[in-house]
Amino acid sequence: MTDENFNKQYDLAPHSRGRRTKSIIFYLLLLTAIGVSFTGLLSLIIEISREGLPWLSWHFLTEFPSRFTEKAGMKSAIMGTVWVISFTALIIIPVGIGAAFYLEEYAKKNLLSKIIEINISNLAGVPSIVYGLLGLSVFVYYMGLGRSVLAGALTLSLLVLPIVIVVSREAIRTVPESHKQAAYALGANRFQVVYKIILPQAIPGIMTGTILALSRAIGEAAPMIAISALVYLTFVPTNPLDRFSVMPIQIFNWISRPQDEFRGLAAAGIIVLLITLIAMNALAIYIRNRTQTRSEE
Amino acid sequence: MPNNEAVLSVRDLSVYYGEFRAIKNISLSFQANKVTALIGPSGCGKSTLLRCLNRMNDLIPQAKVEGEVVYSQQDIYDPLVDPAQVRLHIGMVFQKPNPFPKSIFDNVAFGLKINGLTENIEDSVEKSLRSAALWDEVKDRLDESAMTLSGGQQQRLCIARTLAVEPEIILMDEPASALDPIGTLAIESLMRDLTERYTIVVVTHNMQQAARVSDETAFLMMDEDRAGYLVESGKTDNIFQNPQDERTEAYITGRFG
Repeated sequence: MTDENFNKQYDLAPHSRGRRTKSIIFYLLLLTAIGVSFTGLLSLIIEISREGLPWLSWHFLTEFPSRFTEKAGMKSAIMGTVWVISFTALIIIPVGIGAAFYLEEYAKKNLLSKIIEINISNLAGVPSIVYGLLGLSVFVYYMGLGRSVLAGALTLSLLVLPIVIVVSREAIRTVPESHKQAAYALGANRFQVVYKIILPQAIPGIMTGTILALSRAIGEAAPMIAISALVYLTFVPTNPLDRFSVMPIQIFNWISRPQDEFRGLAAAGIIVLLITLIAMNALAIYIRNRTQTRSEE
Repeated sequence: MPNNEAVLSVRDLSVYYGEFRAIKNISLSFQANKVTALIGPSGCGKSTLLRCLNRMNDLIPQAKVEGEVVYSQQDIYDPLVDPAQVRLHIGMVFQKPNPFPKSIFDNVAFGLKINGLTENIEDSVEKSLRSAALWDEVKDRLDESAMTLSGGQQQRLCIARTLAVEPEIILMDEPASALDPIGTLAIESLMRDLTERYTIVVVTHNMQQAARVSDETAFLMMDEDRAGYLVESGKTDNIFQNPQDERTEAYITGRFG
């Protein structure tokens, strides 16, 4: 190294003050954005807790609704949600996975499959009340299922199927082409490649998507009000053709009562619903993280 | 076993990807229990030709094949032929080691299980791993994930996986190009050993490798439309020491490619 080279000196300080100021302003804008959304969520939780926590008790979970606030509980709504969501899961898992595999592995890439793809993505954006009204006319009246658990589950399935299909397709796409080729080269047919190679690797992603879709379904009020139309239910469904209520319906009903005490009940109902949702999302995140670390091994 | 007997013949083969013609009018035979090397500059259609030999090209949308690939007296592109059955007899090892994210044992057993060959599955797995010169390194850790193996070991596992279904012919697409020199050496000596029972067709970019491992060599080039064609083929010694075509000589002496 010559002395001349060694003695060179470059200006390494920030070149312009303006650039630095801009970057600080941008940072503050981002901070505000996260602050607004977080404060909103936090104040909601605080407000709900303040109103609802005093009403939360074991008997709130195990009693039927009543016009006496101190006796009222949401047993029928909780059990109704369990029934409807279980049937929704039974419908969306096979149908969603089947549709995803068809589109990814079987469908020829032509105009028709492209139209189907665009349609599925767009369906995810249709307002949920539209699905409610569709379910009401098709499942409740036309198919004669009545205002039943099954009609509710079918409606919610239509609502969340696009989510399941989109997420499942993404999970299927993450399986390396080289694994499929290796299986084909060993004499596997397409079904064996799907069943033995792609499915095992895609299933964590599919499960995550399914759980997120179901947690969306649990929180849906509008289509369920259209289907069930029942708010004061003092029995638990015993078969898929029974009438039902679900948690969002119960909460909606309590909130619309004139008496102040019912607002407390509604808040307590919201807490139960929120805890259920957070638990489901946490499960989905857990599954995702666990499989991420495993595939990095 | 009789020598100089063709087990696989390509007759007037052309392959198209959509409008693009990747190889044109190639006719070539592969001798039993020999290693045949396919050499030539990048893009000349070596891999395309190789993938036609067990119908792996079927998996590429828009790929179209003209001509015949004759194996056991049948054209494997006959509509009545099941490609999965073809691949049972003509296996393939890929450029990058691609073990399944399963245990070492399950990797080798995969082909056996999907084809219902589950009798004495432990013996078959051991035999295949021994043939692939991997048994001693993995015999105490068969339940571990195949991903814990080194690249060279993974490639030998992929060979063992292919051997397990007892093919007659093994196609190898630059099987050592992703490996270090030690891994490469292991694969090359393995290929020599395997000719006792198998016929091998190998695509390679490496002239020294072709000279070291192969008995027969086919040299491909591409024309001005980038369609690959066969320049000459024959015994490796002849091709390397006494090429008939000046283009072959230019290529193997490193003047182009």
